[in-house]
Amino acid sequence: MELKQLYREIVNEHNLHPSHKGTMQDPTLVLRGVNPSCGDDINLQLKIENDVITDAMFEGSGCAISQASVDMMIDDILGKSRDEALDLAGKFMGMIRGTATEDDLEELDEAAALSDVSHMPARVKCAVLGWHTMEQALAEV
Amino acid sequence: MDIERIRQDFPILYNNPNIVYFDNAATSQRPKQVIAAIADFYETANANPLRGLYDWSMDATARYENARAHLARFIGAPSPEQIIFTRNTTESINLVAYSYALENLEEGDEIVISVMEHHSNILPWQMAAKKTGAKLVWMEPDGEGVITDSEIEAKIGPRTKIAAIGHVSNVMGVTNPVEKVINRAHKMGAVVLIDGAQAAPHMKIDVKELDADFYALSGHKMLGPMGIGALYVKREIIEKLSPFLTGGEMIEYVTRESATWAELPHRFEAGTVNAAGAAGLDAAVTYLENLGFDFIREREEILTARLMEKISELPYIRVYGSKDPKKHCGIVTFTMDGVHPHDVSSVLNEDHVCVRAGHHCAQPLMQYLGVGSTARASLYFYNTEDEVDRFIDRLSAIREVMGYGA
Ligand SMILES: Cc1ncc(COP(=O)(O)O)c(C=O)c1O
Repeated sequence: MELKQLYREIVNEHNLHPSHKGTMQDPTLVLRGVNPSCGDDINLQLKIENDVITDAMFEGSGCAISQASVDMMIDDILGKSRDEALDLAGKFMGMIRGTATEDDLEELDEAAALSDVSHMPARVKCAVLGWHTMEQALAEV
Repeated sequence: MDIERIRQDFPILYNNPNIVYFDNAATSQRPKQVIAAIADFYETANANPLRGLYDWSMDATARYENARAHLARFIGAPSPEQIIFTRNTTESINLVAYSYALENLEEGDEIVISVMEHHSNILPWQMAAKKTGAKLVWMEPDGEGVITDSEIEAKIGPRTKIAAIGHVSNVMGVTNPVEKVINRAHKMGAVVLIDGAQAAPHMKIDVKELDADFYALSGHKMLGPMGIGALYVKREIIEKLSPFLTGGEMIEYVTRESATWAELPHRFEAGTVNAAGAAGLDAAVTYLENLGFDFIREREEILTARLMEKISELPYIRVYGSKDPKKHCGIVTFTMDGVHPHDVSSVLNEDHVCVRAGHHCAQPLMQYLGVGSTARASLYFYNTEDEVDRFIDRLSAIREVMGYGA
């Protein structure tokens, strides 16, 4: 998919009308993720109960791809266990490296729309910021 | 002069007429004369300069030293010995920070820089301050990007030992009052480094008339090759300056315990030098001289005025710096409401327009302006009115692409 189409069909909706943007009461984990070279900056908040991610939200600012990617990630990880979320993160990273299988893409659901970022080296960091931040947050527990 | 004829000199431009290159502040393009000079060095004179006693090496040495002499004349340096070849502006500034600042600063001394500096003119001074206990003092511009006289007087005082300032800001495009900084600093007994990376491509530099103590520049921003830059140093200072890097080529005599240094300026050029790069820079300087800075400036002003006028018709665009296109050196930094600069740049790239987005290696300035990042279009004399129009046309389509109704 070319970039403009990607924006129009997927990214804009999540960037302009994110479902998971805001501040959470009593999060279990909070981690800030930053791309210093671009100024993308997110604060990811996760609520984990009995090893299940029961709520997730983000605050922050940055380019449309970084913001939409976190929003789609949260759609993916809600209700998942810690290991399942980390597994999805691995699949997303694989997709960006161009090594994901059809099954992986299916599991990633809407986030798979970003697969073409694998051909846009300048935007890889933007797309993985949310996933990377989640991996780090979960690694801390 | 006919721009289409000039563009014939730039292979990358005439081979890609569909691409609009507006990132000249990051690096310029090179004319075929420069590329030919580099190729000619390797094809007809390649040998290690300054070492061999045979014809090729002597020819290589001559080209390297001719380039030095030419650059010295170009920027008004009294003698070629005061021009040190480096890789780029960054290395030139580091040379001064290590060889001059570390040896001359003491606790309580002050280094004055401006908040508009490129990271290359910040980090070396942070290092020097940390190692010597000196303090970093920041000059700030007013709303139009101007460092006022009172700001200069307030910040440069008796404790100041070094002032370092960009001649032209790579973000605002504004030409800083370097003469005033130099005057004030000299009155206070301080030396001044001018970061000329963005000035040398656009205006006649005269380091002697400026009375600069150090002047740094990069070849790649002024039509020359990557990997060659220079540092001018005032005579009284260079004579006492210690070497920066040590090794081959920069010595006179070496024993097991010690060494004496080669004559000026070779003691500052350790190891095999970038002679082909210098030959390319020599050709770049010739090219700039043939065009003349009057012509270059006139072209930039026409293009910048057109760009700024048309961009001002887009209500969702904010331009930073002076309202006067003549005060931009071809650099127009802007933001678009609701669209991140990276998205602006990526969408423009799909339309074959190259602009920079990010913090432009000037994060303290971004913090000062209160923006995370910006987009920057930077023009040079070989750009055209038609390219400006194409840029504006593509720019005005971005908000729709980003989901803000047509
Ligand atoms: C004002 C200024 N100073 C320093 C530099 C660093 O130049 P270089 O990367 O060639 O060392 C640049 C280039 O981006 C610049 O614009």
